[in-house]
Amino acid sequence: MTDQGPLIPRNREIHPNPYDWHYKTSVSRSPSLPLLSMESTPSEETGPRFGHSTLGALDNNLILNWTKGEASAVGERILMHGRVMDENGRPVPHTLVEIWQANAGGRYRHIKDTYFAPLDPNFGGCGRTITDENGNYEFLTIRPGAYPWPNRGNDWRPMHIHISVFGHSFGQRLITQMYFEGDPLIARCPIANTIKDRGQLDRLVAPLDMAKARPMDFLAYKFDIVLRGRRQTMFENKIEGM
Amino acid sequence: MVQSLETLMETPSQTAGPYVHIGCIPTFAGLGGIYPEDLGLSPISDGAKGEIVTITGSVFDGTGWAMRDALLESWQADAAGKFAGQDGADPNVSGFCRFAADKDTGEFTLRTVKPGPVPGRGGAVQAPHISLWIVARGINIGLNTRVYFEDEDNSADPLLARIEQRPRVETLIAKRTGDGQYRFDIRLQGEGETVFLDI
Repeated sequence: MTDQGPLIPRNREIHPNPYDWHYKTSVSRSPSLPLLSMESTPSEETGPRFGHSTLGALDNNLILNWTKGEASAVGERILMHGRVMDENGRPVPHTLVEIWQANAGGRYRHIKDTYFAPLDPNFGGCGRTITDENGNYEFLTIRPGAYPWPNRGNDWRPMHIHISVFGHSFGQRLITQMYFEGDPLIARCPIANTIKDRGQLDRLVAPLDMAKARPMDFLAYKFDIVLRGRRQTMFENKIEGM
Repeated sequence: MVQSLETLMETPSQTAGPYVHIGCIPTFAGLGGIYPEDLGLSPISDGAKGEIVTITGSVFDGTGWAMRDALLESWQADAAGKFAGQDGADPNVSGFCRFAADKDTGEFTLRTVKPGPVPGRGGAVQAPHISLWIVARGINIGLNTRVYFEDEDNSADPLLARIEQRPRVETLIAKRTGDGQYRFDIRLQGEGETVFLDI
């Protein structure tokens, strides 16, 4: 194993505030004491790997994966694509990307979701893929609907897709959400606005990408993801036993 | 003006939300059949070397309520202190597990092999531990912590040594409740708040 430096410490300023009065559930689910900051160790620098054998042929096609290809989900057909990189600008190849989302009416296939928009019998709502050697990934899905949620008196979630990424180190683990260019609900969403730096929130908004849109078939949105990188200088200590 | 940096910034986190189970453990969430099985059902397979241990606990919010919707992931070394992928690692220890709080009781269970000590930075040795990552609705960025074991020698562990308020060390130590049985509760906030890591 090549000797790599520790993970670059997380810049918590770009991340959401753990405690945010406007997102009510965060109030009792955020630590009140400071985190213990420490340089990473092999426990954080290593991580699980998942191979292509994990995946089924339709896993990255949410339009078809619930019905095993029998019938298509209802909604605006979109390609969600992008690249997973690290903070050093290097691609993160062969890493698992998982997504989940509401259907075109804004309803999740979940016992806890009681919104009266109907379930789509042809839509499950999850998918997964593994990035290629250049860190690229693609999903075919439908654009999820916006939906109301119990928070303040009248809060609505903007259209969004949840994304989970592993990277190659357990310390790179990240879950985030992709929003859609032009959605006026983003600026009003208490969850989106847990990110206090508007410029950072903009990094979660996927632009329409007509170069990838397929005529008479699907539109495309691009969503690149950056995971933590590792410090690379000529002066890193060798790790004992590594 | 100065030269520009070429480094990128990490993508900001967002909460995993109430429906994280759909994406991460769809069979558990009621979407059975979409995948053959949920990812990371067990960190070990038959024949894993070492002591099999079961860790049970709950994730409590700041009001003392055991959260029913928490999703946890664990990552650990094998009994000899090797991580999957390293030379000589136990082929029956993937080291990764994904598990959820029970929908009715809020209790989680992790059955695994007790890890061995692993190297730290600068020649240090870390006491046996399991890394945890916790996400849920209301958690805006995943919470990292570690499980250590009451019946191991934790005295020289570099991370535990960094905890200034010594009583807080106990929040990272699983209590032995029986043969191979441990209890590890996680408190997000308030009295007995677990030490969370920025690592």
